[in-house]
Amino acid sequence: MAETKKKVHFIIERQDGPNSKPYTEEFEVDYRPALNVVAALMEIQKNPVTKDGKKTTAVVWECNCLEKVCGACTMVINGKVQQACSALIDHLEQPVRLAPARTFPVIRDLHIDRTVMFENLKRVQGWVSVDGSWEVHNDAPRQNPKTATTAYEISRCMTCGCCMEACPNVNSGSDFIGPQPLGQVHLFNLHPIGEYNKEERLNAIMDKGGIASCGNSQNCVQACPKEIKLTTYIAKLNRDVNKQALKNLFNK
Amino acid sequence: MKKKIIVVGGGLSGLMATLKICEAGGEVDLFSYCPVKRSHSLCAQGGMNACMDTKGENDSVYEHFDDTVYGGDFLADQNAIKGMCEAAPKLIKMFDRMGVTFTRTPEGLLDLRNFGGQKNKRTLFSGSTTGQQLLYALDEQVRAWEVKGAVKKYEFWEFIKIIKNKENVCRGIVAQSMNSMEIKAFRADTVILATGGPGMVFGRCTASTICNGSAVSAVYQQGAHIGNPEFIQIHPTAIPGSDKNRLMSEACRGEGGRVWVYKDGKPWYFLEEMYPAYGNLVPRDVASRAIYDVCMNQRLGINGENRVYLDLSHIPADYLERKLGGILEIYTEFVGDDPRKVPMQIYPSVHYSMGGIWVDIKHNTNIPGLMASGECDYQYHGANRLGANSLLSAAYSGTVSGPEAMRWAKVGEKGSELTDEELQKAENECRAEYQAILKMDGPENAHQLHHELGDLMNKYVTIERVNKDLDYCFDEVKKILERWNNIGVDDKSDWANQEGMFVRQLRNMIIYALVVTKAARMRDESRGAHYKREFPTRDDERFMKTTIAEFDPATQEPKISYIDFDYSLVKPRARNYAVAKKG
Repeated sequence: MAETKKKVHFIIERQDGPNSKPYTEEFEVDYRPALNVVAALMEIQKNPVTKDGKKTTAVVWECNCLEKVCGACTMVINGKVQQACSALIDHLEQPVRLAPARTFPVIRDLHIDRTVMFENLKRVQGWVSVDGSWEVHNDAPRQNPKTATTAYEISRCMTCGCCMEACPNVNSGSDFIGPQPLGQVHLFNLHPIGEYNKEERLNAIMDKGGIASCGNSQNCVQACPKEIKLTTYIAKLNRDVNKQALKNLFNK
Repeated sequence: MKKKIIVVGGGLSGLMATLKICEAGGEVDLFSYCPVKRSHSLCAQGGMNACMDTKGENDSVYEHFDDTVYGGDFLADQNAIKGMCEAAPKLIKMFDRMGVTFTRTPEGLLDLRNFGGQKNKRTLFSGSTTGQQLLYALDEQVRAWEVKGAVKKYEFWEFIKIIKNKENVCRGIVAQSMNSMEIKAFRADTVILATGGPGMVFGRCTASTICNGSAVSAVYQQGAHIGNPEFIQIHPTAIPGSDKNRLMSEACRGEGGRVWVYKDGKPWYFLEEMYPAYGNLVPRDVASRAIYDVCMNQRLGINGENRVYLDLSHIPADYLERKLGGILEIYTEFVGDDPRKVPMQIYPSVHYSMGGIWVDIKHNTNIPGLMASGECDYQYHGANRLGANSLLSAAYSGTVSGPEAMRWAKVGEKGSELTDEELQKAENECRAEYQAILKMDGPENAHQLHHELGDLMNKYVTIERVNKDLDYCFDEVKKILERWNNIGVDDKSDWANQEGMFVRQLRNMIIYALVVTKAARMRDESRGAHYKREFPTRDDERFMKTTIAEFDPATQEPKISYIDFDYSLVKPRARNYAVAKKG
């Protein structure tokens, strides 16, 4: 008799549209070594039938690179927000429960709308102001390699939203901007040219919903898949903001 | 009135073009089917080439130019390459000003590393996530222009096709919202496609799932010519996987990594033995063929499987962390072993398309008003691309296509603007096609069919190509095209319907697979990434020409012809990496 194939059991929270009621469906996918959650969702696409043999539609989610660099496939897996591509089945307890990261509006199933994070980058002026992309016949300033290493660490932020989902202060009842843009403010303020607009950025996070709304729960640093030391940088930023606030007071 | 340019694709090339257009006073409608910050450019790891000559090696722009021409086996436009290599150091300085976190030397200057097919240190890098950092820099600059109102982003919108006016000039596009499923036509003065490579035509490869070549195939079916489609780069070092092959950067070898297998019980560093002058840093086509030969013909792969070792374990861990941290993380995360301690196991994988939409030196396609830029064009890499030249060509092509799009918008013979009726007609056609897809109720599953397409293409149109196999493959792909009509669509929803869109993309992928296969069948020689045992040498007499594929609507097949290109700067010479290059 043929050996029964090892199966992986999924319980997936689904939702047909932004205003629809969530429901769950269960699926079974053949186990194979190194299987990850995205690969399993791809298997469901090939045969969208539930565990009970009911024909359904493929699960909707977002993914691109499958290497944990693009940040697209963020979802909540067994209660922990993370990238689905690097969530290996071998490391997960079964049944594997998938749910959308509900800090963000749900578009459909596991697919979420993270526009707010890109809007945050506008608010904090998340760029270095250059005169233009043309030649200026002048090299950019040298940088202390140690500062550059810190900047590199932060610049790996892939706007995935794990820190936002994990933060208890980012929610529909609060206007807190969240850890992601705060980390970026520190990044641009570290750059020798970016520093010229430090004041504008600090003022942007001094306003309502800014850094003062951080409750220091330390969840963000644990959730960050790139291990960016968010709380360390937010603490530094807090000092910078306080200094800036004093300056603003005296310059009035 | 401000000039309106549509840019499709927000990777490195599309964003660079967008910036240039904004700076020239134009307005951009930027279409992308993901947030542009998640574009595939961010998967580029190892670096970007530019002659900075800061390592005491007397590097020169000419040497970069010649390495690129030679590495491409003399099949790329030499004046285009010259322009790119000359611009490279200036582009690096621009990125540096924009805040790219390049890895630095102890004295705070930009560091350089070795890369394949080049003897001098010429590769600028940001750890091992260089593409991510470059993409982010341009993403940030474009966001600043978005705030100023010069850029309007259409993210999660899929390009469907271009619209031509009655003079046959491209004057707009039709696109579909991937959430509301709305299909809408847009006017433009110029359209730039910067939609990346066709990796998904091969199923499992190093590309992102979004790299399906669908947009390229769509404009090909509307009359755009494809150049050199048979030249598909196989990267020698990827982690084989069932969902995707994950890239292990050439930077591993650039930083001292060695490739080996056991032979007679002892490690055999076969690249170093076969190619003493370049060793592990031979170009990708050469390395991939060697690994293929060792595994398939000599049967020396690890445990008899198609794997060889890529070994970094002799290099100090802190050095590795600084130079390669990001990709070592990928290996540890997805394989479970620590490459700092044990050799990695890798195998070649489809990685990049040298071929793409044919363009002139200013990135105009053969359809007036339509331009192509980045991996989706065919311009800079000939028969084989050198590592770290892709970030360069992506960024550089945007600096050419952007200003040219503005020039065309101002003084080109654009003919008449699209009328409301013409826009309506284009929308209606696309709606009808899409509605027909939603009604499909056959027995085939689109994703299963895609899997079969990938298996075929991987088996027959990669490292070694055999004419009778290519004939077989072509017939099989045609059968898949037939079977496409028998797909059943389960998801009938009018909201975020990924299945409906995938079915449309799949047909475009199948059509493009025919182009690659046919062009490979017709080129009876071996050059760069295109290798046939039956025709083991390069045949400049017959094939030092650009392949042109033209769509034949009657048969849905490509018509292949050959045209001359500009090789006026260096005379072709035989390519041999066993010895030092003679320039």
